[in-house]
Amino acid sequence: MSDKYDKDNEKDVNTNDKDGVSRRRFIKNTGLVAGGVVGGSLLGGVVTNQWNTTPDKDTQTKGNKTTPELQDARMFFSRKEDFEVLKAATERIFPEDDNGPGAVELGAPYFIDKQLAGQWGSNAKAYMRDPFKQGKQVQDYEHQDRDQDKQGPHSDTQNPTPTPRYQTRLNRGEMFIQGLRKLDKESQDRFKKKFIDAEGDQQDEILEAFEKGEVQMKGVEATTFFNLLLQTTLEGVYADPVYGGNKNMQGWVMKEYPGPRAAYINDIESDDFIKMEPKSLRDYQG
Amino acid sequence: MMAKKLDKVDVVVVGSGWSGGIVSAELSKAGYKVVTLERGENRKTADYTGVKDELRYTNRFEMMQNLSHETITSRNEINETALPVRTQGEMMAGTDLGGGGVHWAGASYRFDPYDFEIYSKTVERYGKKKIPEDMTIQDWGITYDELEKYYDKFDKMAGISGEEDPLGPKRSSDYPNPPMKETPNLRLFKDAAKNLGYHPFQIPSGNITENYENPDGQVINQCQYCAFCTQYGCDFGAKADPIVTVIPAAKETGNFELRTQSYVRRVLHDGGKANGVLYVDTVTGQEYEQPADVVVLAAFTFTNNRLLMLSEIGEPYNPKTRKGVIGRNFNGQYNNSHLGARGFFKDKKFNLYMGAGALGATFSDFQADKFDHTDLDFIHGGQIEIRQYGDGAIASNKVPKGTPKWGPEFKENSIFYANRNLNLWYTNAVMSYWHNYLDLDPTYKDDFNDPLIRITNKFTDQDFNISKFGIKKCKEVLKEMGADIIDEDEIPKKFNHVYFGGHYTGGVIMGDNPETSAVNNYLQMWDVDNLFVVGGSAFPQFGGIHPTPTIGALAYRASEGIEKYLKNGGQLATAKDNSSTA
Ligand SMILES: Cc1cc2nc3c(=O)[nH]c(=O)nc-3n(C[C@H](O)[C@H](O)[C@H](O)COP(=O)(O)OP(=O)(O)OC[C@H]3O[C@@H](n4cnc5c(N)ncnc54)[C@H](O)[C@@H]3O)c2cc1C
Ligand code: SF4
Repeated sequence: MSDKYDKDNEKDVNTNDKDGVSRRRFIKNTGLVAGGVVGGSLLGGVVTNQWNTTPDKDTQTKGNKTTPELQDARMFFSRKEDFEVLKAATERIFPEDDNGPGAVELGAPYFIDKQLAGQWGSNAKAYMRDPFKQGKQVQDYEHQDRDQDKQGPHSDTQNPTPTPRYQTRLNRGEMFIQGLRKLDKESQDRFKKKFIDAEGDQQDEILEAFEKGEVQMKGVEATTFFNLLLQTTLEGVYADPVYGGNKNMQGWVMKEYPGPRAAYINDIESDDFIKMEPKSLRDYQG
Repeated sequence: MMAKKLDKVDVVVVGSGWSGGIVSAELSKAGYKVVTLERGENRKTADYTGVKDELRYTNRFEMMQNLSHETITSRNEINETALPVRTQGEMMAGTDLGGGGVHWAGASYRFDPYDFEIYSKTVERYGKKKIPEDMTIQDWGITYDELEKYYDKFDKMAGISGEEDPLGPKRSSDYPNPPMKETPNLRLFKDAAKNLGYHPFQIPSGNITENYENPDGQVINQCQYCAFCTQYGCDFGAKADPIVTVIPAAKETGNFELRTQSYVRRVLHDGGKANGVLYVDTVTGQEYEQPADVVVLAAFTFTNNRLLMLSEIGEPYNPKTRKGVIGRNFNGQYNNSHLGARGFFKDKKFNLYMGAGALGATFSDFQADKFDHTDLDFIHGGQIEIRQYGDGAIASNKVPKGTPKWGPEFKENSIFYANRNLNLWYTNAVMSYWHNYLDLDPTYKDDFNDPLIRITNKFTDQDFNISKFGIKKCKEVLKEMGADIIDEDEIPKKFNHVYFGGHYTGGVIMGDNPETSAVNNYLQMWDVDNLFVVGGSAFPQFGGIHPTPTIGALAYRASEGIEKYLKNGGQLATAKDNSSTA
């Protein structure tokens, strides 16, 4: 029994394992670090090819338009019509304009589809035990509309959209399916048209009704669904392209965001804004 | 299934964060056999290398407790039904080797001398009337001067990088490393603060500015200002965290054994003595009994409280009678702290995508009792801070008030202002009240069918008033900085049940009187001599700044106490009957 642990310990506990020793030796041998750009990852043997932090040329010249890829297929939404509603809704939230592409061209709907197909969509790490209370206390709770970035220490790194407040037995995937169908139904009721055929302002009116919680959904507040839709749309626009959105890093290009980089140590004191060509996680991992 | 009984060790520690890590290193260095149990997985720097991914870590909370097994329940009032806090977006607590110490930002301040004697000093300066009837603040049973040497130990072990606070408490030695780099936005803040007569300085940082070998012989690399810091592990072993400091230091002694994926369920005890702990190997489901001479709970506020309650140790706090101690004085910084104002600059652009967890500047002019509160409707204070975390692309969607949350105008403004906004906030202190406390939830259960911990917490006038004061100051500085638009944060009237940022403390508080405290100033339980409860759970109320160096200092203090106990036994402190909260 304690044998097992001993063996594990040799292997696992040694958090510094060989790197720890070699790191120390390395530092001794080299007499510290030139230019500051050396760290555990290099010594740990995982080298990313991102050490260069000098500004690159503008990428605006690169083609803005993106072409569908093999990964762009539905794996969560079975019904095409649900996905079409999703596309229309995300594009209202983040429309194409002079700055650049909108949610659809950036792949946000496929991003959402992939997120819902995975552990996050089925709430694998959420507490999903009964009882799920219904009633005023829960409604008020799900309606609380404070931005994520106004919620105490270290929240400034959060997406400033409202946190979906969760007291429903539906998981995120189920909530999306019901919510998208309800968007469509609401459009039929109000305008006698499918959501995708409604005018832009009509679509906005419906989305606003969800945002304010004026629409009745079953087992969940419409506000909760809307907040999730809003949050995931922005994620789909700006998350690393590895997740299927932010196509060709065009979301980042609009924001002059460079993507994951190893080091800004040589640039951070600069008085001027430094624009870098974006690099993805794929580039960073080398 | 019968629990398997293991061989006895000198010390068993629950939790491997800063608290548990420090105790493990100190006791194993002193030659004692230590077993440390950690519910999460084993981790090393390689687990955090090459994975700078905002969605995964910031938005999907990769490093935070998996709530499907266990969460907390929360309510505002003692007569409400508490609801479980279900998603990671609403509840953050460390898990895995190193705990919250791996994904912390690294802002490394000390509490002010006023904090430790807040009751006495407030009464001395302003009279008893200054403290509202429902406020249950109390002295810690230790002073800053007594704790200073332990702070010093923490700073040296962690390699804290900083410069002297012109208004700060006395330090026995300088910071072991120089402060972080000054960026244009931080300079703008400091110049403005100076113009207004304040005393700005760089935030003391656990992102280490030079390659550093600590007194244990462990090396921390130089911070690269990579921007993926708070809520991330460091790619480079450049952040002071337990997995590059105290855990390997403990390991090197040969006296230390770590068991991860080991979930502790009970402290075993009889006749006023702890005999060990009961835990489950979560891979196999096998239960074990680990006997030990000393049991140390260092498993963060929630587990420290919960394990005492589940094990029926100490008298649980009862808000109706205001008697009992376990669960008393729960406190923390939520959306009643870190409020301030955001300035938008039309013609200035900053490299906001660059940064580090603890990169920032601050001043202490409105901290603690450094300013006269005679005519103010609150006590205590906080730091005014500017931070440069390094904004991710998903996070950098800050827009001036009045901008819709979505649609064309949102898109336009969020892109335009992504690198043109600066936020200031007031890290104000949070006091304790008879109505804020912890107990076991009557309804909701964990994987093993044990009750969850229930939090009852609401805001008070003090919270509102102190935030209002801080927001005004932030606005004043932003104006001096030349912001074109300044948006004030709204002050919430109600606690919104979002447990964000890891600053939740109390419930197993320290003091010099067993009627009002659970542990003495060595964090030894008054009721059980060989049980030490280490961590923020010991804070009687929350100071005006980030907690971790204080938690670290207390862990060094506790380690000294444990060693004393192992040598001589008995209670290490004498109880006073005259309550300091009278
Ligand atoms: C995003 C974020 C940023 C932060 N930044 C700062 C900062 O800049 N400055 C600052 O001062 N503080 C900061 N903090 C707070 C800081 O992380 C904590 O104060 C600190 O980590 C507490 O250390 P601890 O060892 O007491 O607890 P933890 O680090 O939480 O360690 C407790 C350990 O116990 C384990 N455990 C719990 N229950 C059990 C059980 N039943 N069985 C076995 N193991 C168990 C947990 O898995 C965990 O590893 C931050 C927190 C967060 C979340
Ligand atoms: S900012 Fe510095 S300390 Fe933080 S993760 Fe990056 S290199 Fe490490």
